[in-house]
Amino acid sequence: MSQENILKVENLVMHFGGIKALNDVTFDIKRGSVSALIGPNGAGKTTVFNCLTGFYKATGGNIMLSANGKETSVIKVLGEPFMMTDFISPVAFIQRLKYKMFGGSHLVNRAGLSRTFQNIRLFKEMSVVENLLVAQHMRVNRNLMGGILNTKAYQLAEEEALERAFYWLGVVDLVDFANRLAGELSYGQQRRLEIARAMCTNPEIVCLDEPAAGLNPSETEALTKMIRVLRDEHKTTVLLIEHDMGMVMDISDYIVVLDHGEVIADGGPDDIKSNPKVIAAYLGAEEGEEVTL
Amino acid sequence: MSQTAGMNYKQCFTDAVVAALMALVVFGPIMGVVLDGYKFDIDFQRVAVIVALVFVGRLIMSYYFQTEKGKAMIFKYASNHDGVTVNPPHFKSKMIWVIPLVMIIGFLIPFVASKYILTVLILGLIYVLLGLGLNIVVGLAGLLDLGFVGFYAIGAYALALGYENLGLGFWSMLPIAAIAAAFAGAILGFPVLRMHGDYLAIVTLGFGEIIRLVLTNWVSLTHGPNGISAPLPTFFGLEFKRRSASGETFHEFFNLPYDSGYKYMFVYLVLFIVVWAVLFIKHRLVKMPIGRAWEALREDEIACRSLGLNHVLVKLSAFMLGASTAGLAGVFFATYQGFVSPSSFTFFESALILAIVVLGGMGSTLGVVIAAFCLTVLPEMLREVAEFRVLIFGILMVVMMIWKPRGLVRVTRNGFAAREGAVK
Amino acid sequence: MDIVLQQLVNGLTLGSVYGLIAIGYTMVYGIIGMINFAHGDVYMVSAYLTAISIALLTFFGVQSFPFIIFGALVFTIVITGAYGWVIERVAYRPLRNSSRLSVLISAIGMSLILQNYVQLSQGPNQQGVPTLLSGAFRFYVGDGFVQITYMKVMILLIAFTGMAVLTYIIQKTKLGRMCRATQQDRKMASILGIDTDKVISSVFVIGSAMAALAGVLVTLDYGAFDFYIGFIMGIKAFTAAVLGGIGSLPGAMLGGIILGLSESLFAGLVSSDYKDVFSFSLLVLILIIRPSGLLGKPAVEKV
Repeated sequence: MSQENILKVENLVMHFGGIKALNDVTFDIKRGSVSALIGPNGAGKTTVFNCLTGFYKATGGNIMLSANGKETSVIKVLGEPFMMTDFISPVAFIQRLKYKMFGGSHLVNRAGLSRTFQNIRLFKEMSVVENLLVAQHMRVNRNLMGGILNTKAYQLAEEEALERAFYWLGVVDLVDFANRLAGELSYGQQRRLEIARAMCTNPEIVCLDEPAAGLNPSETEALTKMIRVLRDEHKTTVLLIEHDMGMVMDISDYIVVLDHGEVIADGGPDDIKSNPKVIAAYLGAEEGEEVTL
Repeated sequence: MSQTAGMNYKQCFTDAVVAALMALVVFGPIMGVVLDGYKFDIDFQRVAVIVALVFVGRLIMSYYFQTEKGKAMIFKYASNHDGVTVNPPHFKSKMIWVIPLVMIIGFLIPFVASKYILTVLILGLIYVLLGLGLNIVVGLAGLLDLGFVGFYAIGAYALALGYENLGLGFWSMLPIAAIAAAFAGAILGFPVLRMHGDYLAIVTLGFGEIIRLVLTNWVSLTHGPNGISAPLPTFFGLEFKRRSASGETFHEFFNLPYDSGYKYMFVYLVLFIVVWAVLFIKHRLVKMPIGRAWEALREDEIACRSLGLNHVLVKLSAFMLGASTAGLAGVFFATYQGFVSPSSFTFFESALILAIVVLGGMGSTLGVVIAAFCLTVLPEMLREVAEFRVLIFGILMVVMMIWKPRGLVRVTRNGFAAREGAVK
Repeated sequence: MDIVLQQLVNGLTLGSVYGLIAIGYTMVYGIIGMINFAHGDVYMVSAYLTAISIALLTFFGVQSFPFIIFGALVFTIVITGAYGWVIERVAYRPLRNSSRLSVLISAIGMSLILQNYVQLSQGPNQQGVPTLLSGAFRFYVGDGFVQITYMKVMILLIAFTGMAVLTYIIQKTKLGRMCRATQQDRKMASILGIDTDKVISSVFVIGSAMAALAGVLVTLDYGAFDFYIGFIMGIKAFTAAVLGGIGSLPGAMLGGIILGLSESLFAGLVSSDYKDVFSFSLLVLILIIRPSGLLGKPAVEKV
């Protein structure tokens, strides 16, 4: 892949009824980096995330994801409303109809982006391994006849999926819990399982929504290490929302700061630390006041 | 918290009195005043009995929930974690011994049982089929389908209409009916399944009604409420009638005396094989990617979408498979009755099938099989309770949802042996 | 021309009845997000209660029409309200924290219980009430005429009064404020000291009372009923609620009237055999094209 940026967000706007959650958000994420999206509560971080991952349909702007060897417009695959011009050009009409009928956030994942959730969303009444197997749905042998007759090809594909699942269980240190129900795990374990599940879809970029929330310091430490493994060993780009500034500054190559639905600063951790706008946004402080992050 | 001495008898008593008064208000007019034309008869006795029952029941309940055991029970059901366990890896089910035994007994039954028992068993097996189909939709995929009877009707009418209009027999209509039902499921499901789950319930309810109304009103095709006759299956082209217009009949070919029981025997055996095939397919499906996807979708749709699963198509596959199973059941129902009419496909049928799934346990195959036989065969045997059947189903649904929402049979999940991880 | 006008008049009365029942669906959906399947059967129970109250009143020698209708209304509304309360208490409150599927199944169970209980208590045959108010206004249009029975006029008057009273309760009273607060955010409302269980119960009582109002009016007008009427009526009223936007009170009324009018026109002009098919198809179409209905707010999915 020649392109340097894996994700390009241009002039993203999101309105909920009359509330403007995002006004003109623009930033790029470099391939192979660990980037963080920070900002005070209510700044619109999760809204950006939900737009990126295709759970909200942005009101305006553009999101381009270049992964899996192609460019994907996140807004387009969610299915846009028909336009007058579509009725003249059948090709455009059919494409739009296709995305209207079969489009949705799952296509964003298939394009190479996966995510975790702020309020953990595991399949609680399924076992830990099964959670990881579901994530590999697009990669396993889904041939109905093959599965019912239990053919060689099917067994091989299942075995491979299990191996991959156990590999990721090893990475997040959950092998001993493989046959437990996901809902029985502790909070920290559930967070780790969710990351493993996101990685099982083989993404090029993984978006983590507050991965360290509710973790104790040693768990956060382990998480930091894990994120480095994702970046260095698996060449996965990581984008995270996080409130733990220590961790963000420690791990990130690039930070985007949001406030009131706008990007107020971006750059490396050192730039951000000393940026007066960021400090003011976080502490509501008068300009010139001495604050350290 | 835990002193039994602090039993509040006064509380128990007031609870019970309030409940009894409420029962009097609610049950009094409807049960006590029986309309008879524009006049009425008074029936105090029924009201007194029911009010007394409510009073005593509430008293006992109030008392029980103040004891240690009762409190523990409340706690258990408030925390809402019960039912599902994961089997250890390499777990061998005891069913391995039971299944061949049941198979052999099942195959021998028609040669010893009377015609009446055979018909009851056929009905039971038809409901097993229906229960299995709905269990895929409700139990695995978590989609509440209240118009299941619509697909059942499509299967049954497909056989009858195919025979009357196209001259197709049982064997050619069996797959066609399943496909037709699945197709109807796709047409209904595709637009509806992308919506919020609750709407699905009411839309399918409406769909079941539409099918019934169309069958009733489209007299030129379906003969309306009078119904339409359906053909019997043939044994390699041999018919089970006393005399056949076209060629030999079964009893003539084998030099047997004519007996109308043969056709039931044959229907039973074919149905028995089909039920086992469906059982096997379902057993495989839950272990396959598609089955996992259904269950994952039931657990959390948003998470599924974030993992690249097209939730509409995954739901649709469950919906269509369920529908096609109902279509199969419909064909057997039509051939077993020899006749179909719209009155066989009311909402009560849907409710009965749902009761089977609810009682048997969402997602549990064994539970559904047992429940199907209990709910269809028992009322046949005990004619006295037949009129209370629907009432019992209703109470069963409410009580099961409060007490054991997962059904009576424990749901177990497959364990996987740990292995070396690898990424290819 | 006269057929269209006649059907419009019929549709308006039918629609106001649908609207009354739809209120029960929409309020319950708004407050606890569930479809109360038993609501149609609550309506059915109210039809029986109407007949019972009329039979009792005539037995005790009440002859004048205003007294009978007033007595029937009070008796039916109070007892149907009690039904609403009991149903919520028995079948829904224990499931407050369960999955949506469990609550739906419980609701269907409740619906079956009500149907069969009434069937067992009152017998499976059709029942009826005597005609209490006859006569009609006639307007001549061209060659034909349009007929509006006094009963239909009364239905419209009482139905709209009922809706007005309900709107007043929801908009102006303390109970209405608590309902609206609970609808917005149940947890927050309970933190602020609102007894949300009580509010939910009262919503069931109000919804059932509205269904009872509809039950009295339809029974007086139509005369005959059986234990099965709740099923069809329930689906249609639900269609009305969805059409207007589920969760929205004015939407329920508007949806009811639109459904009533279009159904009557369809029955008059196309086919009366398929009028139920028409209504159900309308439900499916609305859900596909505009699931938020006419006045409802589009739901934002919480991720």
